[in-house]
Amino acid sequence: MPKSQNLSGKKIKVLLVDDEKNFVEVLYKRLSRRNVDVTKTFSGTEGIQALRKVDFDVAILDLKMEDIDGLEVLKIFKKMYPKMEVIILTGHESEQTAREGLKYGAFAYLTKPCDFEYLIDTIRKAVSN
Amino acid sequence: MVEEITTKKPYSKTFTRNMVLVVIVVSFVPMLLASGMILHQYSISYHEKLYAHLKEVVHRHAQDIDSFLNERLNNLQFLMDSCQNDVLLDESVLQEKLFQLQQKYEGVFEDLGVINENGLQEAYAGRFSLEKAEYSDAKWFREAFAKPYYISDVFLGLRSRPHFIVSVKTSHQGRYYLLRSTINFEAFNSLAENLRIGKTGFAFILNRSGEFQTKPHYDMLPSNKSYMDFIKAGKKATHGLYIGEIRDSSGLDQAIYLAALLKNEDWILVYQQQKQEAFSDLIRTQIVAAVILLLGALLIVIMNLLLFHKVINHMTEVDREKEMMNRQIIETGKLASVGRLAAGTAHEINNPVAIMVQEAGWIADLLKEEEFQKGKNLEEIQRALEQIGNQGKRCKEITHKLLSFARTSDTQIQDLQINEMIKEVVAISDKASYTGISINTYLDENIPVIYGSQTEIQQVLLNLINNALYALEKKGGKIDITTRLAGRYVLLIVEDDGPGIPKANLDRIFDPFFTTKPVGEGNGLGLSICFGIIQRMGGDIHVHSTVDAGTRFEIRLPLKKPTASKSDDRPVKASLNPGE
Repeated sequence: MPKSQNLSGKKIKVLLVDDEKNFVEVLYKRLSRRNVDVTKTFSGTEGIQALRKVDFDVAILDLKMEDIDGLEVLKIFKKMYPKMEVIILTGHESEQTAREGLKYGAFAYLTKPCDFEYLIDTIRKAVSN
Repeated sequence: MVEEITTKKPYSKTFTRNMVLVVIVVSFVPMLLASGMILHQYSISYHEKLYAHLKEVVHRHAQDIDSFLNERLNNLQFLMDSCQNDVLLDESVLQEKLFQLQQKYEGVFEDLGVINENGLQEAYAGRFSLEKAEYSDAKWFREAFAKPYYISDVFLGLRSRPHFIVSVKTSHQGRYYLLRSTINFEAFNSLAENLRIGKTGFAFILNRSGEFQTKPHYDMLPSNKSYMDFIKAGKKATHGLYIGEIRDSSGLDQAIYLAALLKNEDWILVYQQQKQEAFSDLIRTQIVAAVILLLGALLIVIMNLLLFHKVINHMTEVDREKEMMNRQIIETGKLASVGRLAAGTAHEINNPVAIMVQEAGWIADLLKEEEFQKGKNLEEIQRALEQIGNQGKRCKEITHKLLSFARTSDTQIQDLQINEMIKEVVAISDKASYTGISINTYLDENIPVIYGSQTEIQQVLLNLINNALYALEKKGGKIDITTRLAGRYVLLIVEDDGPGIPKANLDRIFDPFFTTKPVGEGNGLGLSICFGIIQRMGGDIHVHSTVDAGTRFEIRLPLKKPTASKSDDRPVKASLNPGE
């Protein structure tokens, strides 16, 4: 399977949810360059709205956001579209939230700053999962 | 908490002494009062009983002596009444009468005599040759002739032997005669002599002028007292007795005496006994009581001192523990507040650092495009980007440590074999091949599993070993790692023979951000993190250090309790981003 493609051979569709605008922008650029289909959203609400329109393969979700808490967004995502894997990527390194995130069905819990190659790798694993 | 809390003596000697004194006084006063009262009452009762007994004895003897004397007079009166005086003037009759009296009262009557009013002994029967003896000048004769009945004092008389006379006056044909008899002194003497108690108790009889009427059995006290002295010095008691005490001239010996008047108050019967002997039982009892009291007092004092010593030690120990606990609480509070601050800061730093690292990555991505491949500074730019990435990782390490310290680090609680972990960590440290430093392990292979986070324990071990390595970096030396079982704990000792830690620093080494390393080499969090980890596990850490001799860290980690298994302790995946 070529890089950055899902099982059906299409580009992997990734939903980015993070209120840290600069981070979303740079990650968008880097993922896009790796042939990933990225949709940028800057809050939990925007993320949920985006999922209503498109079925994503993977979501990269921040935890501390101003409108809705990341764990709540995760629960909603899992209800709306259980097939989509969610990778938590947060600056808040905490055993407890990690535990909770995994309990609510997150695929992985990564902390910022995260190695880009490792992120790509995790996305691929999530897709093949 | 940091070690070596000096064993101060908060309880001064004065405090201890006062407490001991108070307890001793409180125990002694009632004991002494009660014992004193009992002994006093006993002494009074004993005196009363002894004197009552002696009074009875002396009174009975006085009565006996008086009866004896009266009986002798009665004998003479009877003899007088039964015969005519002229018959008695017949010496053969008198001899016969004397014989009869001697038969009846063996050894009492020595002789008989009839004396006319001129003092001439007209008839005599007895073993002395006193026929026609002349008594007109004798004192006793004048006194006897003045009374119908008479008993003389003891005197030597014509026979030059102590004796006394009883006489009865009678008249015959207008003339007065005295029928007199000499009473055997020994017989009379035995009456008083019979009164003997113990070794020093004896009796004697005195006349009004203080002359002995009996032979004193015992060496008399040198200061002879007269008849009246006894009456004056004594206290009058029942039965007309006088009771008192006399002291000999040396003033050392004291005697008690009881005196009874005899023979119409002409004589006095005195019983005396050494006080020490009379009250020997009482004195013995008092000595025994005093010894028991003394031993009891000694026991109280010793027990008091021992108990107080124990109590003071216990109190000092409790105070020391309290002080240690207070210091731990302060330490823990300090760590908690620093922890909260650290956690907040770490989270805030992670986001911008993440952007920086990603932006650098984006530049690196762009540099791969052909147009940049020919740039003359390409390599330099790539190096700079790599440096940004590395420094980002370094930032992350710092924040991760801060978060570990603040307890927000990822931990997976599991059964751990501490010895295995030590071997792993030592293997890693050994690879660093520090010149001149040897790491020795002394591991007790029978140590059961402990319950904790592998990363945390690793962190503790690495921190301690790294600190020791750092201490030995310049001059080399050895690091000894020991494990052994200590009750419900595993004791882990990491010891080096490095330069040691000065006392001023020793008190602060567990404080967050305290470091002696040069700027940029250490963040001062290592031992704080260790302290926090060990505390959370329910263990403790102590450091002992002597300058120029080395440093020793002692860690106690609790063994796994059989019931300790939590349902939510499942492992957390991807706790740290691998590959970074």
